[in-house]
Amino acid sequence: MSASESRSVTVANEQGLHMRPAYLFAETAAKFQSEIEVAKDDLRIDGKSVLSILTLGAAKGAQLELIATGPDAVEAINTLAELMETGFPESNGSETPDKV
Amino acid sequence: MKFCDFVSTDAIQSEMASAEKEGAIRELVGNLVTAGQINADDAESIVTAIMKREELGSTGIGRGIAVPHTKHPCVDKLVGTVGVSQEGVEFQSLDGEPVQLFFLLVSPPDRPGDHLRALENISRQLRDDMFCKFLKQSKTKQDIQTLLEEADNNQFVS
Repeated sequence: MSASESRSVTVANEQGLHMRPAYLFAETAAKFQSEIEVAKDDLRIDGKSVLSILTLGAAKGAQLELIATGPDAVEAINTLAELMETGFPESNGSETPDKV
Repeated sequence: MKFCDFVSTDAIQSEMASAEKEGAIRELVGNLVTAGQINADDAESIVTAIMKREELGSTGIGRGIAVPHTKHPCVDKLVGTVGVSQEGVEFQSLDGEPVQLFFLLVSPPDRPGDHLRALENISRQLRDDMFCKFLKQSKTKQDIQTLLEEADNNQFVS
């Protein structure tokens, strides 16, 4: 049995999970061996797929559940929850009008 | 949000001519000008802004789909268009595949919610394999328009 970890997080960045943060999330999730899922209301999607993350339409303040299943589940949840709750610091460049 | 809320029907293009990235974006923005959605004077600045956004990471999200986009003060509501390329366009996509389906979006700077809802709709519909397949096979503007209407009526996903 693989270990499973989950945590509730709130979308912190002003513009919600638009394409850049969705990319960053999926890219980070893909670094882990564990299966990563993100749930919002009754949707539960593959956290390693940009297209799937965009289907959440998660705006700032949205409550998401992160679920990781696999050998590095704890580390994955810690890393991804931090990314979500610090508002994707690396995507700040996309906040300027001509880049989003 | 549905396709009919942001896709300018007149700007839809089947059989795109360009085989490279900037040319394809220029073609799609040009269609928005022709359709009267944006002023010809703003076209160049929009193309530049979209290309700048592409430098941050390609909006080619895989499966032959790209969503080039920008915010621009020249629009006061979200405007978008759809283009289909038979040959595919080299777009530095996530999966390295050429892009056949384009959804280009120009949003007002102060409306991040609308942009998010458009992305939600596009991604939800494009996850459906049949919808993607039919769109890629579209040969006319009318074919594309009909498919978008069917998608709006939830004929592909519930």
